[in-house]
Amino acid sequence: MTFKNFHFELDDDGVATVLIDRHDASMNTLGEELVLELASVVDRLEEDDVRAVVIGSAKKDFLAGADIRMFSSLSSQDEAIEALGALHAPFDRIEALHRTAGKPVVAAIDGACLGGGLELALAASIRVCTNNSRTQLGQPEVQLGLIPGAGGTQRLPELIGLASGLEMIVSGKPVRPYKARKLGLVDEVVPKEFLLDIARKRALESRDSEPQQRVIALDLSAKTLQRLALEKNPAGRSLLFKKATELMMKETGGHYPAPERAIEAIQIGAEHGRDAGIAAELRFFAELVLTPESAALQSIFFATQSLKGDSGVDSEATPRKVDSIAVLGGGLMGAGIGSVSAIKAGAIVRFKEVDTAGVGRGLAHVSKSVGKHAKRRRMTAFEVEKIMNRVTGSSSWKGFGRTDLVIEAVFEDLDLKRSMLADVERVTEPGTIFASNTSSIPITAIAAHAARPEDVIGMHYFSPVEKMPLLEIVATEATSDETTATAVAVGKAQGKTVIVVNDGTGFYTTRVLGPYSNEAGFLLEEGASVEDIDGAMTDWGFPVGPLLLADEVGIDVGAHIAVIMADAFGSRMQGPAFMKNLVADDRKGRKNGKGFYLYDKGERQGVDDSVYEVLGVGGRIAVSRTDIQERMSLAFINEAARCLEDGILRSARDGDIGAIYGLGYPPFRGGPFWTIDQMGAQAVVDKLIILAAKHGERFEPAQILRDHAADGSKFR
Amino acid sequence: MAAKKSRRVAIVDGLRTPFTKSASGLLKHQSTLDMSSAVVEELVARSGVDTSALDRLVFGTVVQDVDSPNIAREIVLAGPMPDTTDAFSVTRACATSTQSFIDGAQAILLGDVDIVITGGAESLSNPPITYSDRFTDILLEANAARDLPGKVRAFSRVRPRDLAPHTPAIAERSTDETMGDSAEKMARENGIAREDQDKYALESHTKTIAAWEAGVFDNEVMPYPLPPQYKETLERDTIPRADSTLEKLSTLRPVFDRTYGSVTAGNSSPLTDGAAALLLMDESVAKALGYEPKAYLRSYSFAAVDPNWQLLMGPALATPIALDRAGMTLDDLDLIDMHEAFAAQVLSNVQAFASESFARERLGRDKAIGEIDETKFNIYGGSISIGHPFGATGARQIMTMANELDRRGGGTALVTQCAAGGIGAAVILEK
Repeated sequence: MTFKNFHFELDDDGVATVLIDRHDASMNTLGEELVLELASVVDRLEEDDVRAVVIGSAKKDFLAGADIRMFSSLSSQDEAIEALGALHAPFDRIEALHRTAGKPVVAAIDGACLGGGLELALAASIRVCTNNSRTQLGQPEVQLGLIPGAGGTQRLPELIGLASGLEMIVSGKPVRPYKARKLGLVDEVVPKEFLLDIARKRALESRDSEPQQRVIALDLSAKTLQRLALEKNPAGRSLLFKKATELMMKETGGHYPAPERAIEAIQIGAEHGRDAGIAAELRFFAELVLTPESAALQSIFFATQSLKGDSGVDSEATPRKVDSIAVLGGGLMGAGIGSVSAIKAGAIVRFKEVDTAGVGRGLAHVSKSVGKHAKRRRMTAFEVEKIMNRVTGSSSWKGFGRTDLVIEAVFEDLDLKRSMLADVERVTEPGTIFASNTSSIPITAIAAHAARPEDVIGMHYFSPVEKMPLLEIVATEATSDETTATAVAVGKAQGKTVIVVNDGTGFYTTRVLGPYSNEAGFLLEEGASVEDIDGAMTDWGFPVGPLLLADEVGIDVGAHIAVIMADAFGSRMQGPAFMKNLVADDRKGRKNGKGFYLYDKGERQGVDDSVYEVLGVGGRIAVSRTDIQERMSLAFINEAARCLEDGILRSARDGDIGAIYGLGYPPFRGGPFWTIDQMGAQAVVDKLIILAAKHGERFEPAQILRDHAADGSKFR
Repeated sequence: MAAKKSRRVAIVDGLRTPFTKSASGLLKHQSTLDMSSAVVEELVARSGVDTSALDRLVFGTVVQDVDSPNIAREIVLAGPMPDTTDAFSVTRACATSTQSFIDGAQAILLGDVDIVITGGAESLSNPPITYSDRFTDILLEANAARDLPGKVRAFSRVRPRDLAPHTPAIAERSTDETMGDSAEKMARENGIAREDQDKYALESHTKTIAAWEAGVFDNEVMPYPLPPQYKETLERDTIPRADSTLEKLSTLRPVFDRTYGSVTAGNSSPLTDGAAALLLMDESVAKALGYEPKAYLRSYSFAAVDPNWQLLMGPALATPIALDRAGMTLDDLDLIDMHEAFAAQVLSNVQAFASESFARERLGRDKAIGEIDETKFNIYGGSISIGHPFGATGARQIMTMANELDRRGGGTALVTQCAAGGIGAAVILEK
């Protein structure tokens, strides 16, 4: 029997091996056609000559989940329920093969087994996976604003317990093979080469062994006791769900309906049985798939995917090979850049610092960072040693001659950066790229006297480099496409999501923060409290408020940038004058323990009320939360639109991704351009006009917004 | 494979870690492999050599680490070069990194390789400690025992004396004589006075201190940031002493022969930790890649003597052969760099170079090798003042002389060592 998307083979023992092999894609995902065909595969498995079943994959991954594009075409809840039903039916019938027909079903898992893929595996009676580093199992649906929709909310907790099931589904984080075995998610972890043989063997053994009562050993481990106490009685259970909900709300701030619904579906299943649970799962999924949150999260997913395939240039220029990266400056940023270059990109890294102690700090940072991988057993001691042996440093210019890429992360000072560039041009050969990690100085200015301006570019990382996912690459008019493509390839190898922007003061990410930060200042001036301003913006979905952000970045740094921005963009970018009082009062934020907030031994306390006096503003008055949110967000959005209008941004997509991954713009809002599209450009323009009338020209709508409002077109 | 006559071994670059007394503990936490990796990776960075073009790595130590007996291959596997890079390890006592250098050179001359890194290292601050044969037997038996009672039975035979660790002694296996004993014997038999030894040692320190001040070593000694904390960086050698005086040296007690002896810690090379590496290429390859070689290999020789006679006369034995092969006499040389195991050994060799009777009796020649011109000799000091990591000294000497020839814009230099087992090595460099 032949199928388009499956290999089917029946051996002499009656073991049927089904290998998933989607014919029209390089990766196995659950598309409409494959799901339809799965039903006929199950028809075949239900025939009498099949006595046991092994389900595996003919590709590198088992099954990476549903084809997400399938969801975006859904337009009503009924349609969604129908589509899911087509998935539930064959999964239920696979479960029936072993539950009622006595045919063991073994899922043989290698590579990604995610979402619908894991749900298929959960329908089997036995799960065997490989110890391959690609192998991971999970239900990542919440990351797309959804919940598992093919029985996962029920079968997973049934298999591994409520606590672990909740953890996996609510966090969306996949687990690796040995963790999966520990959780009881898989029964056995085997070498890849033996996977199918062992799976067939287990299928046969399981069929031939008499169904017998498993001897239950007396298990008094803390975990088991906890499970008994919490999961097996109603009071414990309700406590468990209460805790899970509290934790989740703390994480999501109530902005994400999917994890809430996931918990609810699991709870219904636990309390009222599988059928009720499945019904809830279907209903919630159908509801979620149409929410704006899910649409926004899906748009981010697609944008990130499309950025992965984007070379960063419009021409056919291809990246040069980069084996060695030099980092100038071993401070927090430089060391972080060195760290991702060595650990993620596998490059040979060399630090340049003013003295050997500085070199040592850079090396120590990488060593600590790589040590974390060893601690989590993601790396062996030898791999750690090998990475550290690729990282060197010097306080002289010795040994930088044949570097492919030099990234400077020295102090934000134009003359210093220019002298670094001159030094690098002196000691390196043509073709060595000089990248600046400046966050505010135009690259064109740094490259003003460059001998090889085509090799000069900006690579703007965010702190802490190891954690922050964005890299903003800044190309000048002189930067060659080859240089840009090379920097983009390096950034991707470093594990970053990369956007390429054109040079201009503040590029994109620093520039949009300008009016946003200024607006926080104006609000302070008008009498809003620090708590109100920061509280309004975290409530709007930012991870931290603008004033806490200023403390984190450094008020001195912020003030420095504010001057640069005002110089470049004139009065509309002019913040309140009183902000300079903070610098005069030596308030630098977290780093010197003095800012908008109080700090005790580096730990942030409450708002420092003395700040109002320093600013010279009067008593606090209540400003409505929605007013704050509207002014702050529109200041941000309007400037993002100007960046697109001025050609700083290559696309609205990049503007959304840059804001989310670099600045913490709320993901459920999909980015500033996604937000405009949701609100409608006309509505945005209208609001801006009102604000401009009230507060002045800084709210003057960007021309591009007016254009979109006029023709009703969308940005994304 | 036919030898390609046109080939010439170019010393393109060299680098070493700072050398420190093992007793100082400064490099205690760096294994021989750690130091070797550090120096090789820094040499690769500084020279900018394309590691994928590197054909081979030859490295050596004297006291081997049981975890990395083929240290050269371990350096490759843990280092910045491709895993496909060929590598092997050598040992030839204190001439180990002269041997690795010659192994690399020979392969270049044969046309086997174009680019090779050679070198050596030694960590004497964490020597491998072994147990008595009896205790080793018990451990193996316990390990093989299938059950707990078996293991207990094995361990029940342990006696306190079994637990005394054995550290490797620096003694000749065949004669049971320590190096120091050999030096004492040479001082005695050759009539080298204590005062001359102390004077020699003092001069050695003076010259090394001056060399550091003049920046001679700036390009060949790397600052070494010390893992795992990287808080300390070992910037330079810690052995040369600016405050040494003849008076102070004369008060030191002899260590090997406490009654009649003259060899002291002050006029001997100290037990030292450190590593050194050289980058060699065929001349035409080096030039094609844009490198200006520091110096070239002109000739070399190894020779040996019966350890029962005077163990450390290697330089006087190997040098005349290398000179013959170079078609030179001692006077033709611009520089002579002799390994300083002990002042007594250096002075014995200097004496032998000038001695006709030595030439007749030991070399079967009728003329002495020649009088050594002091102004050409160990101009930057030597192992007494710089230190002597057994596996790294040869490479250290070759690099310093190659750099000196480069600085002078030409000339010839002899590098020579004595080594345990009665071995001698001599290398002549030219530019």
